[in-house]
Amino acid sequence: MSATAAEIKPEEVLIDVVLRLIEGARHVAVGANSPIPAAAAFLAQLLSPDAPNVSLQQSPEHNLWTDGGRELFDSAGQGRIDAFFFSGAQIDGSGNINLTVIGDYAHPKARFPGAYGSAFLYFMVPRIILFRLEHSRRTLVDKVDFISAPGVSPPNVFRRGGPVALVTPLCHFSFDKSRARFRLESVHPGHSVEEVLDSTGFAFDLPAGVPATPAPPPATLALLRAEVAPRLAAIYPKFAEKVFGIPVKAGAAPMG
Amino acid sequence: MGKIRELEAALAAIADGSKLVIPADYAGVAMEATRALIRRGVRGLHLVTLPASSLQADLLIGAGCVATLETSAVGFGELGAAPRFTAAVLAGTIALKDATCPALHSALRAAEMGNPFGALRGIIGSDILKQRPDWKVIDNPFGENDPIVLLPAIRPDVALFHAPLADRNGNIWVGRRRDLFTLAHASARSVVTVEALHDGDLLADEVMAAATIPAFYIEAVALAPRGAWPLKMGDLYGEDTQHLLDYLALAATEEGFGRYLDRHVLRRRAA
Repeated sequence: MSATAAEIKPEEVLIDVVLRLIEGARHVAVGANSPIPAAAAFLAQLLSPDAPNVSLQQSPEHNLWTDGGRELFDSAGQGRIDAFFFSGAQIDGSGNINLTVIGDYAHPKARFPGAYGSAFLYFMVPRIILFRLEHSRRTLVDKVDFISAPGVSPPNVFRRGGPVALVTPLCHFSFDKSRARFRLESVHPGHSVEEVLDSTGFAFDLPAGVPATPAPPPATLALLRAEVAPRLAAIYPKFAEKVFGIPVKAGAAPMG
Repeated sequence: MGKIRELEAALAAIADGSKLVIPADYAGVAMEATRALIRRGVRGLHLVTLPASSLQADLLIGAGCVATLETSAVGFGELGAAPRFTAAVLAGTIALKDATCPALHSALRAAEMGNPFGALRGIIGSDILKQRPDWKVIDNPFGENDPIVLLPAIRPDVALFHAPLADRNGNIWVGRRRDLFTLAHASARSVVTVEALHDGDLLADEVMAAATIPAFYIEAVALAPRGAWPLKMGDLYGEDTQHLLDYLALAATEEGFGRYLDRHVLRRRAA
């Protein structure tokens, strides 16, 4: 297959970036509502000679756990999970994520589902990859309205994990935990450093000569579309319809 | 009196004002029972989710059944936000105790063990902790300068969940949905709906018994085939995604939610 840049969907570029970020992980876990990480994890299983264990929290058919939903947290608490993913209604320049409210907590202007496991897993999983599909000054802010999970902690607070990267439709940032600051690593094809600067509400390190994010290799794309897409459709039907054109299936009809 | 009841009779154990704990969608959600509770007009529930919920919590909140909600999240994943939960939080009509998933596991597991509290790493530095005066940070008594969060045990009055099988004695086979053990152990009583009744004793077979909640935890069992619909039930059936999308479209407004209730909840579906 020879896909031109125009034929590659932005989501496919992101999946390939995340694939590279989870390289070498032995056990990758994926939480609720994370189709891009799930796709990258499935790809890693197919592509890597040391295929990582992949566990999808919400899908018993796609995880290795036999002790219920708590096993993700128990195994992460012990250091058995190497990579996990979070998004946030807001993500700030210090790596704090907000999955809870906009505005004052007691009288919020907007409410989101909630923190899920973030306030624990963000501390416990060594490689947390942040992703945000809206890259704007509204979502990538100087300071979040509510810290669902903090980006860094004081030295006396037990913490083996935290954010290592932030992936958006425009670019890939890395995170330096010693300085609690993001650094621009690459800008995706079709976008510019200026666009990233205009659209980002927090300050970040900007090295001279930021490279373009490489396009996904044809073999990766082919595998993604042929083998990973149908598996995704069973778990993330809306995403699979949008990106891969797989129609949403209704469940079996209710009785009566 | 046997433990196998008609659905409405089984639900008698869930009184107004109960502290009621429910599982996440992957563990087996008693949706048919939830619709029956709404028809009965249950009020003032203190609803606890282990650890998150979607349609079940949203319906109970929208129908005015919930006074207090203790949860790590209510949402429909990639399908969208939970409209009645969101509206209720913005309007301040429910008391909300925001948590994080493993905190709910820890607090319920403390109750399983009969302990007054659980302990959990993480959380420190989160605004969730600031909103939870009932959670305490102590210095690890076995360490030095090692702060850790303690969480009071959660002891629900009732657990409500859906499982694949029950036998006539009221033993419940849950397979690998082990969260349901935590719900049953931590709660004073459990009310369970099942896909099917098993002829024979689930505890007599070593393989089945290992994944079976013994009847002494169980208050009542009701048969409810496809009782998790429109949510999924493990490998038995998937979620009815189109129905959930239709729900989200209707429940975006109070009036649309009322139409959904009329159509799918208040008028009982023919069996």
